[in-house]
Amino acid sequence: MAETMLELDKVNTFYGKAHILHDLSFKVAPGEVVALLGRNGAGKTTTMRTIMQLARPRAGSVQFEGADITRLATHKVAQAGIGYVPEERRIFGDLTVMENLEVGRQPVRDGLPAWTVEHLFELFPNLAERAGNRGKQMSGGEQQMLTIARTLMGNPKLLLLDEPSEGIAPVIVEQMAQTLLEIKAKGLTVLLSEQNLHFARIVADRAIIIEGGSAVFDSTFEDLESHPEIRDQYLSV
Amino acid sequence: MTAPVLSVRNLSKSFGGLQAVSDVSFDLAKGELLALIGPNGAGKTTCFNMLNGQLRADAGQVMLNGTSILGLSPRRVWRMGVGRTFQITATYASMTVRENVQMALISHHRRTWDIWRSASSLHVDEAMQLLKLVGMHEQAERAAAILAYGDLKRLELAIALAHAPELLLMDEPTAGMAPKERVRLMQLTADIVAERGISVLFTEHDMDVVFAHAHRIMVLNRGELIATGSVDEVRNDARVQEVYLGGGTLFEDQAHG
Amino acid sequence: MSFYFAQFLTGLSSASSLFLVACGLSLIFGVTRVVNFAHGSFYMLGAYVAYSLVQVVPGSILGFWGSVLAAALIVALVGVLVEMLILKRIYNAPELYQLVATFGVVLLMQDAILLIFGGEDQFGPRAPGLDGVVRIFGEPIPEYDLLLIALGPIVLGVMWLLLNRTRWGILVRAATLDREMVAALGVNQSWLFTTVFFLGSFLAGLGGALQVPRVSINLLMDLSIIAEAFVVVVIGGMGSIPGAFIAALLIGELNAFGVLVLPQATIVLAFVVMAVVLVIRPYGLLGKAETLAHSAGQVELPIRPASTLAKSVAGLLLAGLVVMPFLAGEFAIVLATDVLIFALFAASLHFIMSNGGMVSFGHAAYFGLGAYGAAFVIKYAGGSMELALLAAPLMAAAGALVFGWFCVRLSGVYMAMLTLAAAQIVWSTAFQWQDLTGGDDGLLGIWPSEWAKSKTAYYYLALVLCGGGILAMRRMIFSPFGYTLRGGRDNPNRTESIGINLRHHQWAAFIVAGMFAGIAGGVYVFSKGSIFPDEAAIPRSVDALVMVLLGGVQTLSGPVVGAGVFRLLEDEISRLDYWRAILGAIIIAIVVIAPEGIAGFIKKIAIKAGFERNEEQSS
Repeated sequence: MAETMLELDKVNTFYGKAHILHDLSFKVAPGEVVALLGRNGAGKTTTMRTIMQLARPRAGSVQFEGADITRLATHKVAQAGIGYVPEERRIFGDLTVMENLEVGRQPVRDGLPAWTVEHLFELFPNLAERAGNRGKQMSGGEQQMLTIARTLMGNPKLLLLDEPSEGIAPVIVEQMAQTLLEIKAKGLTVLLSEQNLHFARIVADRAIIIEGGSAVFDSTFEDLESHPEIRDQYLSV
Repeated sequence: MTAPVLSVRNLSKSFGGLQAVSDVSFDLAKGELLALIGPNGAGKTTCFNMLNGQLRADAGQVMLNGTSILGLSPRRVWRMGVGRTFQITATYASMTVRENVQMALISHHRRTWDIWRSASSLHVDEAMQLLKLVGMHEQAERAAAILAYGDLKRLELAIALAHAPELLLMDEPTAGMAPKERVRLMQLTADIVAERGISVLFTEHDMDVVFAHAHRIMVLNRGELIATGSVDEVRNDARVQEVYLGGGTLFEDQAHG
Repeated sequence: MSFYFAQFLTGLSSASSLFLVACGLSLIFGVTRVVNFAHGSFYMLGAYVAYSLVQVVPGSILGFWGSVLAAALIVALVGVLVEMLILKRIYNAPELYQLVATFGVVLLMQDAILLIFGGEDQFGPRAPGLDGVVRIFGEPIPEYDLLLIALGPIVLGVMWLLLNRTRWGILVRAATLDREMVAALGVNQSWLFTTVFFLGSFLAGLGGALQVPRVSINLLMDLSIIAEAFVVVVIGGMGSIPGAFIAALLIGELNAFGVLVLPQATIVLAFVVMAVVLVIRPYGLLGKAETLAHSAGQVELPIRPASTLAKSVAGLLLAGLVVMPFLAGEFAIVLATDVLIFALFAASLHFIMSNGGMVSFGHAAYFGLGAYGAAFVIKYAGGSMELALLAAPLMAAAGALVFGWFCVRLSGVYMAMLTLAAAQIVWSTAFQWQDLTGGDDGLLGIWPSEWAKSKTAYYYLALVLCGGGILAMRRMIFSPFGYTLRGGRDNPNRTESIGINLRHHQWAAFIVAGMFAGIAGGVYVFSKGSIFPDEAAIPRSVDALVMVLLGGVQTLSGPVVGAGVFRLLEDEISRLDYWRAILGAIIIAIVVIAPEGIAGFIKKIAIKAGFERNEEQSS
């Protein structure tokens, strides 16, 4: 069996009394790009937040590179090498682009290319032009680029992207897909959640469908295509 | 041709140096579903906020059935017969579904200053009818705080219908919903407004929803209207493709695959 | 001319001192979103520690400045201790809980300082080397004041560099905007908060230590500076350090010149300026709308009319209250009268706060206004008790009408601060307008009419007035008016967008709450026979908050239970030495351990045992 970078084992997460994740289990191998699919409310964002320990699982465990990160403080999860790009962008609006990047800066990790501001400006040319601007002065698409760049400043081994294409003009979504393919080419492992199946298929190697807080499908996109009934039942495209 | 329900002329607004909305003009006919689309930051929400009175316009004219509503407060605009739904659902979390609708009815009947009667016993039948209309009557006694997202959106619609509006402003009515739910909600909206002759102006990011339900589309880019027309006209407009819809090169084959 | 210039310089030097304290307060608020009442206590502690250290090394320049710095450092460490032991546990609690908990720290620190340093006023020595005066335009200006004048801009500059030119500063500013995101980017925010608290407390301690050569050091320093620092921070814009600087200048000069014009009313003047600034700029001069949505705690469930069980319990309680005088002694009757008064007072706060989402930190103003209103009728109009009890709610409602007009324009912390300012105006007026109020000596000899003279008769009068008031407010909570207020609390935008003028409803609610607090105040003054300015002071406002918290914010019966428990508890512990510390510890314990309060706790048990409906299960 291939080696594992991230493993969720029977994770159960609650919000208040609402049971969101039910025995959710899946694995992500190094270098892989995995898409979490599923309708709104299926538990995709909660999965991301549980991995970051922003939501605490009541049962089950999250392993990262063989170490149990369940119940670790969120900043320790980030320091272990997991970068998180949340759904609502959440840039620091009063800080400049450079300062936003500074907040994300973490030491280089061995075995991975180090991200520098220069590299990131190559990847996101728009940001270079706006380096001194405040975050809130930027458009939605630029803000999305900035959140990704900010997270890459932490030199993560695993990148969590929550709905990168949500609420963004179709033309920017295309750019975003290109950028993700470039990041993938650098050897980063990525777990992204998506409702946009087309987008997910372009950038990801594997699809996991979450429904009612459990993984109901975990295989390749080819496999998903050959089972249209699964697609219709869970993704209702 | 009958006079338009809503008539907007030369609407403009700038924030500091940034021209958020410039010189926007359009008409909305009775019973029409008009979509306002465009990239993030194009000025859609600013437009909405000016129409609904939340934001003061720098210049322009907004007429509702021939009466100017520009510069009125949101609550006066509401009293004139303009309803609004919010992008992020804005229900009263600590009330039941029925009470949420009752609040809108209590306000419509101008009874908010009553300090004696029990609020939850007022306008019950009317509230239940509205809930039935959007298919929420079975959940009437549940707390709004524990509703599923799609149900909240339907509740939001029932609240917006409580004062029998002539015009509905809907800010991204289907944001954050699953594709199938989106279509269902928009179909429901379209049926209700058709039956009641309500005009709708809505913003939306999901092009499937827009193309399926809008009678007409306006495209806003950097504060300016760059195209207005039927679904097909806008879809095939070169400029709209460039700034908003994209060439579709990346998605073309999969989208039809 | 030269006199005015000298006065101007005096204003500048007091502005600097004020800025040191306000700057730390603003910094702490910006990052942790906690309005730290205890900040004034850190200032007071700084003054006491520096005073004590200077006594050890008298006369030398090095000794003096060493003492000042050491005092600031010691205070900084105490601040860190308070942050780690108490505040860390309540960062996610609603702001009301945080405010009350930090007030618990104020009480603890008061008694701790009393225990360690004694209660006498102290006068420190002049600063060695700076004990002379400089003549400017012929006027003598203390050298020490000139140093302070220079210190303000220096601290401002250092803070600017720290916040804009260091990684720490960038992280602090980021945390001000979105804490969770900062943690998700690998920053240990817990550590970041502690360092912010260290710096903030250091500045407060420094501010206090620097006062040693200037003013007398006493146990009232904490609340007087905190009220002023709140004013500065709110005028400047909460979280804005340059704003705090400008506001400190404004208030410093206002005090320096105001004292020439209206020597009696400088406190009032500062609060009036604050009210005016907030009406024009609701987030202060350089402040911004609160970007961080504050967690409102648990989502509240719909209110339901009382269940049969709850109705029976309430009926039994009422029956018990009616027969009580036949079974209990005079002492118990007096205590029960007190409980009734405070139950109404707490319920009136609960009405706007829990149901309306308007946090009032100065509810004692209306209690005090009611009490004074009643007392004036007896003292100056020769009126009867009956007339006085009518005047009490009218006077309080009139006050609420005026202050409420300002307050309902704001929300959240800003509103809380403005209500506090309003209460300070009432308190300082009562305190300073001796001809009318008797000042600190109060008004005495205000006794009930003949028929209500006996303790038992007065008890029944209180039962009717207070019980009636509580029931009336309860009825209102279920009415369209009450629902409108709840709606405004849940979602103000939605409320405006369904055609409701929320501000008018909130204003009306503010007046209603003020009126009922006024009735409580009126009943109170006749039960005691006297009235003092303390009844309108900050601790009285906090009492009301604690009663509501103790009973449970989200429980309709909370204020009644809370007032009962609080009053009985206070009766027990106020006879002890260091009762403030005990009360402070109890307050902190409630916030940290049982935030749902007593009535909330009982309700939870009742739901578990199946006596009450559980909303989530029934749906």
